Amino acid sequence: MTDTAAAPPLARDAAPPRPMWHVVLVRPETMTLVLLVLGVIVGSQLSEFFLDINYILKSFTLSAEFAIVALVLTMVIIAGEIDLSPASNMALSACLFAWAQQAGVPMPLAIVIGLVSGVAMGALNGLMVIGLQLPSIIVTIGTLTLYRGLAQVIAGDKSIRVPEWFTGINAVFIAGIPVPVLVFALLSIVLGLVLGTTMFGRQIYLIGTNEVAARHAGVRSRRIRMILFLLMGFASAVAGLMTASRLGSVRYDLGLGGELQMVLMAMLGGTYIFGGRGTILGTFLAAWLLVIVTTGMIVANWLPAWQLCVLGILLIVSIIATNFIYSRTQR
Amino acid sequence: MLKKSLLIGLTAGMVFATGAFAQDPLKIVYIGKNTGNPYFDSITGGFEDACKSLGCEFEFVAPATAEATSQIPFIEAQIQRGVNVIGIAPNSPDALNAVLDSARAAGILVLTVNGDLTGNESHRDATILPTNFDIVGRDQVEMVGSLIGYEGEIAILSATTEAPDQNKWIVGMNETLASDPKYAKMKLVATVYGDDQPEKSTTEMEALLSNFPDLKGVIAPTTVGIAAAAQVVQSRGIAATVHVTGLGLPSEMRDFVKDGTVTAFQLWSPYNEGWLAVHFAVGVLDGSIKNEVGTTFEVPDLGTITINPNNSINTQASLTTFDASNIDDFSF
Repeated sequence: MTDTAAAPPLARDAAPPRPMWHVVLVRPETMTLVLLVLGVIVGSQLSEFFLDINYILKSFTLSAEFAIVALVLTMVIIAGEIDLSPASNMALSACLFAWAQQAGVPMPLAIVIGLVSGVAMGALNGLMVIGLQLPSIIVTIGTLTLYRGLAQVIAGDKSIRVPEWFTGINAVFIAGIPVPVLVFALLSIVLGLVLGTTMFGRQIYLIGTNEVAARHAGVRSRRIRMILFLLMGFASAVAGLMTASRLGSVRYDLGLGGELQMVLMAMLGGTYIFGGRGTILGTFLAAWLLVIVTTGMIVANWLPAWQLCVLGILLIVSIIATNFIYSRTQR
Repeated sequence: MLKKSLLIGLTAGMVFATGAFAQDPLKIVYIGKNTGNPYFDSITGGFEDACKSLGCEFEFVAPATAEATSQIPFIEAQIQRGVNVIGIAPNSPDALNAVLDSARAAGILVLTVNGDLTGNESHRDATILPTNFDIVGRDQVEMVGSLIGYEGEIAILSATTEAPDQNKWIVGMNETLASDPKYAKMKLVATVYGDDQPEKSTTEMEALLSNFPDLKGVIAPTTVGIAAAAQVVQSRGIAATVHVTGLGLPSEMRDFVKDGTVTAFQLWSPYNEGWLAVHFAVGVLDGSIKNEVGTTFEVPDLGTITINPNNSINTQASLTTFDASNIDDFSF
């Protein structure tokens, strides 16, 4: 700013536009990418067995189901809501599917039952949050427990086998990439485009930034949030069936604790927990980051205690960085 | 006799050792149910000592939680590391099938140690169990019978309602009580479940005492349950009237035995499971042991071991009884 002195006093009110490189580079996703690259470098130093693309892809399939749901969860969080029930939803929809096919229901119908029940669970969350105006964190902590409980009622403590042909989706490769990883990548592109380029996407950001203002501006907030909860239910059911296929059997504890991993992925990717900010790209990178870091430590035979410490530190660092970056670029 | 078996053991050990030194040292890994469990420290100790004496490399890994699928990434990692033997205490009887299959396809010898893939035995090469689980129930009834003079009311304080091992033993206890005239004057009045949580187990034990004032004996076939039951008996000072026994860890039960709260309880030696697993694995891989039902082989300190149906191998024929006379000999 060489002409500050010459500028009229009015110019002090308007902040100078951020330079292009600043907009592109100073954002949480950059931090995630840097951490990801660091993770790969450190991982390859920790163990000679780490740097093997097939092994990393294989390891990713173990978290791919959670990662797929995390993509949708990112949109829910951007809209200012949260859903903590998806892992329980995965278990209940998978249990209903497995129970139905075991009871003699034809497989295609059993799959439909699983998917529909997932959507219904999303709808129940949505109705309570939007219809009854209850806080989503409380509602979904409730359904997190409820869905898991129902899954145990249905499946008991035994596991239900699924037919042989249905198993092993993680061992099916298209162009050298396991199917769950491919699904995750394609969904990332689709949701990334929806969130980044469509009116629907922009409205999600608006709702998350200021719900009341968005409604006054004519955004159909209730409807959009309901759609997000339904999508969440559907994605969870798909993830549940994919897990059932990978494991070859279904138990009520399928995906236990997965909601934390999903939230972790969204947070590591720079999604702002209070809504209004975040990207699919961030969650995409964060899912890889999480897999790289955990795989690197596991193949180096690190003790779980240290693994938990590293993951905790990673999350805290990313939250601090995200908050810092957002506060700097806010206005 | 002892000298002879020692001698055989030593020779066998030396044969194995030289066999193992011929190529790269064998890499053996044991995947526990979860970390921070003293029981597994003892199994690991057996693995370590045997690997030291036979010249193989050993590592212990375990997930943070004992959730059904938490061991999968650890198995994948060991395949990637190219180990020769995976010993595992499976957290699920079937969720590990696929990954164990890929381990075996990679040429890894897969042994379940201290727990088996019940119903899915074809997904592992052999299982090493502490003792014949079919007779644990019978032995436990005899134990409590001897404590209460084979007469009076007894109760069972178990783990969870679905715990497969405990349920198998409880069936054995009921059958023994019903069929053996020796125990005709003993009456099983209740079977309760403490879910392997100290608080719940304590509550269940208190409830037993108030519901059945004439209770003379309690069998708790779980390490958490027996410790909780003993704690209740100790704090109420009723050791003379209510006899607690079951399956417990010497380390956790030592004080109760020393102060007379508990006279005797049983378990096996987890250490021997690790010791046996390594000797078996090394023998199978160097060709000196055929992994077939009916094969017998010698293991130092343990004597002659037989491979039972389903490729199941036991470290000891029956339970070890711990009381004031021997409890100080055990550290696990």
